[in-house]
Amino acid sequence: MTTAMTAVSATASTVATRQKRTRSVVFHVLVIAIAVVILYPGVWMVMSSFKPNGDIVGNVNLWPETWTLDNYASALGGIGGVSFWTFALNSLILAVGSVVGIIASATVSAYAFARISFPGRGVYFAVMIGTMLLPFHVVIIPQYILFNSMGMVNTFLPLLAPKFLATEAFFVFLMVQFLRGLPRELDEAARIDGCGHWGIFRLVLLPLMRPAVITSAIFAFIWSWNDFLGPLLYLKRPDTYPLPIALRLFVDQTSVSDYGAQMAMAVLALVPVLLFFVVFQRYLVDGVATQGLKG
Amino acid sequence: MSATTTERGRQAGRGSARGATASSAPARGGATKPPRSRADTRAGYAFLSPWLLGFVLLTAGPMLMSLYLAFTDYNLFRAPEFVGIDNFTALFADPRFLKSAQVTAIYVLVGVPVKLAAALAVAALLNAKHRGQGAYRSMFYAPSLIGASVSVAIVWRAMFIDDGVADQIQQLFGFPAGGWVGDPSMTMPMMILLAVWQFGAPMVIFLAGLKQIPAELLEAAAVDGAGPIRRFLSVTLPMLSPVLFFNLLLETIGAFQVFSSAFIISGGTGGPADSTLFYTFYLYLKGFTEFRMGYASAMAWVLVLVVGIITAILFRTSRAWVHYTGDVR
Repeated sequence: MTTAMTAVSATASTVATRQKRTRSVVFHVLVIAIAVVILYPGVWMVMSSFKPNGDIVGNVNLWPETWTLDNYASALGGIGGVSFWTFALNSLILAVGSVVGIIASATVSAYAFARISFPGRGVYFAVMIGTMLLPFHVVIIPQYILFNSMGMVNTFLPLLAPKFLATEAFFVFLMVQFLRGLPRELDEAARIDGCGHWGIFRLVLLPLMRPAVITSAIFAFIWSWNDFLGPLLYLKRPDTYPLPIALRLFVDQTSVSDYGAQMAMAVLALVPVLLFFVVFQRYLVDGVATQGLKG
Repeated sequence: MSATTTERGRQAGRGSARGATASSAPARGGATKPPRSRADTRAGYAFLSPWLLGFVLLTAGPMLMSLYLAFTDYNLFRAPEFVGIDNFTALFADPRFLKSAQVTAIYVLVGVPVKLAAALAVAALLNAKHRGQGAYRSMFYAPSLIGASVSVAIVWRAMFIDDGVADQIQQLFGFPAGGWVGDPSMTMPMMILLAVWQFGAPMVIFLAGLKQIPAELLEAAAVDGAGPIRRFLSVTLPMLSPVLFFNLLLETIGAFQVFSSAFIISGGTGGPADSTLFYTFYLYLKGFTEFRMGYASAMAWVLVLVVGIITAILFRTSRAWVHYTGDVR
């Protein structure tokens, strides 16, 4: 009797584990299939950049039959007498400038929204949220007229000034949310110790905002690095081009057949983004998950 | 604007949404709240000055200027000349404008639902507890980070051109040969594929929302005899509706503004046969290659109105299908 019962429960548990295992296999098969489709274009790009020029378009296989670095040589050669490194430096200046501007302006503005009580704050906050839903194309023409009249076309100022004025509400909002999670008792304690608002912000809260600052900095860097429309509007001299605009010029100037060099330059332009992704993927994905921030 | 709803959506997965309303700002903890003082007002405006300055100089001011320009003829070199509603009447008689509106409408109406369906399906798949979930989540998110870049647009063009990878694969399955880039009837599917490829960002948000659904609810439904599909439709989906609403709103607004991929893939033309002439692309061509800035401003304001109306409709209808359960989060 007892042996029969243990036998029954034993078969039941093997059935359960077998079911579990089948489900797990189905899960992994499905997910790996999706992963293959998702990763294919990226891997194809990287692998194509090492293939001889004639062997790229139409080659479904990822692995190059013959490896070559010629594509990188011509990509690094630059365009129209401007070196690749000039474009990369321009991209870097714009991205670092954006990070500095956004962090400086968004932390301060967020402190006002989250921690100072003053008339009109609620209205300003609602307006700020509203600007997140506004198609920004409505301001590009007047902004262009404005910056053009100040002689700022072909400088980085029209691209960087807005970052220092917290026009990207996403970042302000992200930091307001973060500040709201920090206990108010901290402010009180600092106030009793004689701190004003600047002291509370600078000495107490800003150091605690590190996670929000890091997440914002990574996104600010990547968005600026990938930005195409802004530089397209304001930067017209090749020596001021950042990588995306240079890449476009490269595609336009090289004949259709030079896919190798295009792929190599496309890869080079993505290297910093991919590095950021590999190193900070937790910050990025958790940032999206908790704040709803778009990538 | 009903900022509250947006904020709730953004906070999906945060657990602190309770009671914090956006429009009234963070006036919580009445006991510890310091009394308003003139010093606070001064400090408030001082700290807010970067944003205030930016809003006045770079958003509100330009919006008013653009509204004025929409009623003028202006080419950057001569003073704006007031023309009444001529720009708007010209718009609706301009076949390229109508084409660009049509292209964008199809892209939004088809691309957004397909992308969100993919995001939700994969999120539901990943939500089951299996090993390697975190790695897959990161991997699937990656395209969202680079999808709008010029690099990816170049790759897309190379893959979908005549004799390209897509062409090879479709021939393998017995479909007629031909690249997608040069075929006006295939460019839209190609652009939508590029959008759907970036399903990772909404997927990550869905996944965070799914994790917030209490397991007891699903178990209770199972005990009551609900099968997996029934549980998904009657428990998961309603519980997920705030997140769904948030994703729908942001993806829709984002889809209206697609520009750089179409620009690169079509080589700056919007072709073939204007089939990739997205709204903002045409706006750019009018404003910055033809320098018809009055006309482009009128286009910009039509876009603001359309997006505004759609946002309002989404918020309005959301009352019927978005469920906020204050206790659970």
